[in-house]
Amino acid sequence: MIQHPGILALLLASFLVSLLLVGAGWQGLRILHGWDLKSGSEGQLDLERRTYLVSTLVPFALVIHFLSLFLFIFTADNLHTQFVGAMCAAGSLAVNPFGYPALLANIAVCLVAGMWLILHRADTQGYDYPLIRPKYTLLLGLVPLVLLETWLQTRYLTGLKADVMTSCCGSLFGHGRQGFAAELAGLPPRTMQPAFWATFMLLGLAGLVFLRSRKGARLFALLSLGFLLMAVASLISFFCLYIYALPSHHCPFCLLQREYGFVGYPLYGSLLGGGITGLGVGALAPFRTRKSLVVTLPGLQAKLAWTTLALAALFTLVVGIWMAMSPLRL
Amino acid sequence: MRAPTQRYRNILDFALSSLLRRKGRNLSLTGVYTLVVFVLASLIFFVQALKREARELLVQAPDMVVQRLVAGRHDPILAAQAEAIRSIRGVLEVRPRLWGYYYDPAFGGNLTVMANEHEPIAADAVWIGQGVARNMRVNEGDLISLRAYDGLPMLFLVQKILPTESELVSSDLVLMAPRDVRSLFHFPEGLATDLAITAGNPRELPTIAAKIVERFPDARPILKAELLRTYEAVFDWRGGLMVVVLGSALLSFVIFAWDKATGLSAEERREIGILKSIGWESSDVLLLKFWEGTVVSLTAFLSGILLAYVHVFFFSARLFEHALKGWSVLFPRYRLLPALDGYQLTVLFFLTVLPYTAATLVPIWRAATVDPDAAMRT
Amino acid sequence: MIELVQVVKTFQAGLATPFTAVDGVSLSIPEAQITVLKGPSGSGKTTLLTLIGCMARPTSGRIHLHRLPGNVLPQLQAGDSVEITSLPERFLTAIRRRTFGFIFQQFNLIRGISVLENVMLPAYPTGEDHRSVEARAVQRLESLGLGRHLRASVERLSGGEAQRVAIARALINDPTVLIADEPTAHLDSRLSEDFMALMGQFKAAGKTLLITSHDPIVHGSPLADRVVELRDGQIVAEP
Repeated sequence: MIQHPGILALLLASFLVSLLLVGAGWQGLRILHGWDLKSGSEGQLDLERRTYLVSTLVPFALVIHFLSLFLFIFTADNLHTQFVGAMCAAGSLAVNPFGYPALLANIAVCLVAGMWLILHRADTQGYDYPLIRPKYTLLLGLVPLVLLETWLQTRYLTGLKADVMTSCCGSLFGHGRQGFAAELAGLPPRTMQPAFWATFMLLGLAGLVFLRSRKGARLFALLSLGFLLMAVASLISFFCLYIYALPSHHCPFCLLQREYGFVGYPLYGSLLGGGITGLGVGALAPFRTRKSLVVTLPGLQAKLAWTTLALAALFTLVVGIWMAMSPLRL
Repeated sequence: MRAPTQRYRNILDFALSSLLRRKGRNLSLTGVYTLVVFVLASLIFFVQALKREARELLVQAPDMVVQRLVAGRHDPILAAQAEAIRSIRGVLEVRPRLWGYYYDPAFGGNLTVMANEHEPIAADAVWIGQGVARNMRVNEGDLISLRAYDGLPMLFLVQKILPTESELVSSDLVLMAPRDVRSLFHFPEGLATDLAITAGNPRELPTIAAKIVERFPDARPILKAELLRTYEAVFDWRGGLMVVVLGSALLSFVIFAWDKATGLSAEERREIGILKSIGWESSDVLLLKFWEGTVVSLTAFLSGILLAYVHVFFFSARLFEHALKGWSVLFPRYRLLPALDGYQLTVLFFLTVLPYTAATLVPIWRAATVDPDAAMRT
Repeated sequence: MIELVQVVKTFQAGLATPFTAVDGVSLSIPEAQITVLKGPSGSGKTTLLTLIGCMARPTSGRIHLHRLPGNVLPQLQAGDSVEITSLPERFLTAIRRRTFGFIFQQFNLIRGISVLENVMLPAYPTGEDHRSVEARAVQRLESLGLGRHLRASVERLSGGEAQRVAIARALINDPTVLIADEPTAHLDSRLSEDFMALMGQFKAAGKTLLITSHDPIVHGSPLADRVVELRDGQIVAEP
């Protein structure tokens, strides 16, 4: 293991997040088990107080988790000098088989956790705890996911040894290599470009339909997830070529560096945020007929849908500007 | 008007006035907190600055250096081998280098004596680094005396003192004409300390190194990238080790924070009870406590970082020097170049604010969920 | 109007020593009148106040609030009725803030901050603009004759003054109901009479008043429209 301060910070953070979520999950179990809103017994009052504990622990844990996702990538990038052949985070993550799974698990936790926060927000607006069961069931699902993520990340970080030969991002995301990442880079821009624009249009359309008629929330959620995946694939396939102005550099992480104006932060931030709000629209859909939510839910869903569309537009605008300004023409 | 942010501002106002009302308690907490941030930040800034200096030192270094090993020890290399290496495909340039260490008994440290390759220096003249000038108390135009291999003194005119840009690189350097180096050390003609090699394409360096070892089995090629990795690994290891040692300090701080947050004074409990009874909700009290924590954390974090910055970059990290720097004692007063980046600040934030906040969550929740009617029952 | 149906509040249920503070109380409290709850200490008066005032939830029974003021919750219109016994805390608090003002026996002022800030405190979490709250607080304090104490610290006030600060604080969110728990316990007879006169003014202004007391100045006052006597958590007599 490399005793890099960044690694220690990440280990500390993921340990804390797991601890807090296990604690919250335990409270969630008690709440699911003993919940009886009709009763005014001391036990029920105690459980209601515990919902405040959960709503303190979970958002805090999630904020840390969100920050640590970026810290994770940044640390991987910071460490690349210690691995032969690694030129940026892409190479560092490939040093051992836990790097990329840890990253994916990290992102999955962010999405699920974001949905939890949206359910929580909706729940606090109903006068009879309308979402108490779906909310705490989701929380119980989130706990193993977070534990898995902590395990993967710990395995990855503690397994790092300086000077291990790794593939650099040039070869990992280069053409003609096998593996998941290489397939992304191998997706030809010729078909990816129209596919990306089509997904963007479809998302916009579904959004407008939903906002007008309140129909198609689930379709909109699916499309926003699709847009997230399509946007990442397009970034690796062709957008980043314009940003780096290099015809064969497909690395998705160098975008976060100073040389490229930290453009990765707005790009990934908007994608992740848009993914969460988009999924949130779908997650709330089954509950819109609950009596206590009839007044507040449509407004919340509309706000989320608007945010999704605005973030997708922001992403497209940013990559569009870079494309227009890039000296590279494919 | 009800602005959505007004609630946050109102409660922030009250949080500030609450903090001021309990000055003593909060000052002691902030003080300890600042100290923890200060120590960790000093450490991280210092290691980072050393890493950067090392990197800068290596920017000027050649892509690859070839040494000769005799009985496993570094030995002068035949300058003639340069010709043979130059013929290897991909090699752009081979330069024999001439340098050595000179032990200065007056100060108990080594100077790096080097033949200047870039610009010619007159015979019996030297260019010296800042550290050397400071220790010998000389200025440009003064004479210095070095003891040659045979014990006889040699006099040199200090022609120039090297610029300060990066002292770690040049601080202990003494540059002179190649002939002077040879007579100072009695270094035979035809031999060099090592060979510096530049490749047309840096990616071919490992192949070139392999070919050199194949042709000259007693040669040891060292790649710049390898050196860089080694430096980084050593600095990270030392820094990480210190963080682990400091971890115990961090832990006791967390326990202290937990204790402070749990041990709410009777007065504070009464106040929360009153707030609940006059219409504050649990989440309002949580927000109040969150603001208090944020103010304390930010104050401690920023002042700790500011102090650490001054400590590392203006006072050369007096507290850690010996533990971390570990090379020549010639640099008692060199200054590191100030540098801060978002990454280091984020790491610091994770290592200090995070554990503090996590430790206070449960006590805060306990305080906030006191029954509103408790205030009526006392 | 507030309506209680078979309200029970038990503490430490399930433990060896359960204690029922309020035992099956049904009661309705009419608007714009003064209702006095009287009874010895331990009779459950204060607990009943906390249940009516949305500070605590009953173990069983129902409490209806009729003709709510506007702007309480997005789900409720002005004039709606609501049953409060199973509402989450944040909703109870939202209703309480706009509906009830509390005057505590111990006044419950926060030491170390000014009279003015004490009065403004209940309005902080409502997200109302600071300046308009301040203007209203100054006006309330001045109408209670405390204009020259605005910036004073609350420790310097006499008992009567402290109570008037507490009254100003209870009025800051303009509630429809004022609840006072043993308001005259720390006042001499003259100040107690003054207090009742003030309550009379509020009644005339249309506020509903609910006072617990075993002080004859309160429950014997001609201003009291209705006196309910409690003993051992049950209503014993209603003249």
